[in-house]
Amino acid sequence: MQFGIFSVGDVTTDPTSGRTPTEHERIKAMVAIALKAEEVGLDVFATGEHHNPPFVPSSPTTMLGYIAARTEKLILSTSTTLITTNDPVKIAEDFAMLQHLAEGRVDVMMGRGNTGPVYPWFGKDIRQGIPLAVENYALLHQLWREEDVDWQGRFRTPLQSFTSTPRPLDDTPPFVWHGSIRSPEIAEQAAYYGDGFFANNIFWPKEHFQKLINLYRERYAHYGHGTPEQAIVGLGGQVFMRKNSQDAVREFRPYFDNAPVYGHGPSLEEFTEQTPLTVGSPQEVIEKTLAFRDTFGDYQRQLFLMDHAGLPLKTVLEQLDLLGEEVVPVLRAEFARNRPAEVPDGPTHAARVAAREAEEVASK
Amino acid sequence: MSALKLVVVAAGLGVPSSTRLLADRLAGATARDLRGAGREVDVRVVELRGLARDIADNLVTGFPPPALRDAVRAVEEADALIAVTPIFSASYSGLFKSFVDVLDKDALTGKPVLIAATGGTARHSLALEHAMRPLFSYLRAAVVPTAVFAASEDWGANGADGTGGADGSLAGRIARAAGELAERLTGRPTAPRARAAEPEQVVPFAQQLAALRAR
Repeated sequence: MQFGIFSVGDVTTDPTSGRTPTEHERIKAMVAIALKAEEVGLDVFATGEHHNPPFVPSSPTTMLGYIAARTEKLILSTSTTLITTNDPVKIAEDFAMLQHLAEGRVDVMMGRGNTGPVYPWFGKDIRQGIPLAVENYALLHQLWREEDVDWQGRFRTPLQSFTSTPRPLDDTPPFVWHGSIRSPEIAEQAAYYGDGFFANNIFWPKEHFQKLINLYRERYAHYGHGTPEQAIVGLGGQVFMRKNSQDAVREFRPYFDNAPVYGHGPSLEEFTEQTPLTVGSPQEVIEKTLAFRDTFGDYQRQLFLMDHAGLPLKTVLEQLDLLGEEVVPVLRAEFARNRPAEVPDGPTHAARVAAREAEEVASK
Repeated sequence: MSALKLVVVAAGLGVPSSTRLLADRLAGATARDLRGAGREVDVRVVELRGLARDIADNLVTGFPPPALRDAVRAVEEADALIAVTPIFSASYSGLFKSFVDVLDKDALTGKPVLIAATGGTARHSLALEHAMRPLFSYLRAAVVPTAVFAASEDWGANGADGTGGADGSLAGRIARAAGELAERLTGRPTAPRARAAEPEQVVPFAQQLAALRAR
């Protein structure tokens, strides 16, 4: 099982100091957070993609390429890459390039985005969100697997004898997650290709995501990729910790109360009761995260949101120390306990290359 | 046959509330008609005042807290809905609209709905026709023809019962609207309709004059 963090990349005023970081400070902070993730033993760093203030990460592979050069083990990913408004040819090229530079430590999460105007900014129609996701990904999938592509579709200019370069590292495309919070069509798409399904469950109650993940697992088996239990599931989480639970609540409350997503609505206590948010001691975080398995089954990747709502960099780095030292080692041990042997590990490039080679040998 | 589920959404803010009073009258009349037609009926009243914070939270977070989720589910599963709001600034109240806003856009499709409202004077009564009815038409609900407006004066002796349930009185309007809603659920008229075929009824003129003198 893989553990990591995902960042929205928001520039938010710290409600306790009134200070707003500059874009430059925020970008450098995201890099510092990614490097810290590797230092404390996490497996994954994922960045969002946004094309409007107050968000900075408009160019994920540029940022991830820089982080790749400064890390050794960390898997670099996205949360999410806009499959609707980006040209699938450019996604194919950018992530293949990143894959080479990072020695394969790359995967990617497809998403449709949550900012309506992004569609018109890139010349697309939001009402075509699902068809765009379906057609663009079909092309991306083909570009990574076939050298000579003839292609015609509804949304993009046709291609004749096109080869996307560079080719994926070791002829093994990056692993793909499909992220969705409400669309069964996307769960179906992930299942069809045998790709991963990431449910960013952090802002809503679990019952909603249970349905979506169960659907993905069933359809994954339907398409012959394995049993429902072998489908590749990723989940979000959102935590703020201090050794002492009351200290965590006291320190996080102003950030919660003013947070862009849920601020000025429910109380911190109500929200922690109804969603995966945990504000408390490392032990409380461990218990809440372990309960995800009871709800969703054994899964492959757990990403935590740690650096949002204006939390200063120093605080986020302290949080990552707690996550890496006190929480994740326990979660690794506990999730490994009673995990059926047939449930796959989180996807890595090395494992995918080995699987592909084994398949080739078998077919000879 | 299982009991019909009749859900009443009341957006009154006062305690006690004339909106709730009207809601109860409409629910009572509808349930009476349904029982008269041989149907069991379970009435559930959802008072939005108690859900005001939950509704605001849902608007902010995108999901309903438990009590609101329960109320939304009741509305979704209802066989028929009675929706009653006070008229504020020429329209349904903000709280009422916010509750409708957190419902799924398909939650009311095809559902029989009786709309009603309360206000200080009858001058607000057409808000039912220019605000409430289009809202429910947009949601593709099957709104019954009679909408019931109760102004403060309707609760007085002359308005509510003084005319003994004649067609134009509040009691008469409640009975007609409830009858229409019940009819949607049972598929048969609960009150005689074919008035045209009946001979005209007249009150002898001397009797009319005498009645006026008595005042």
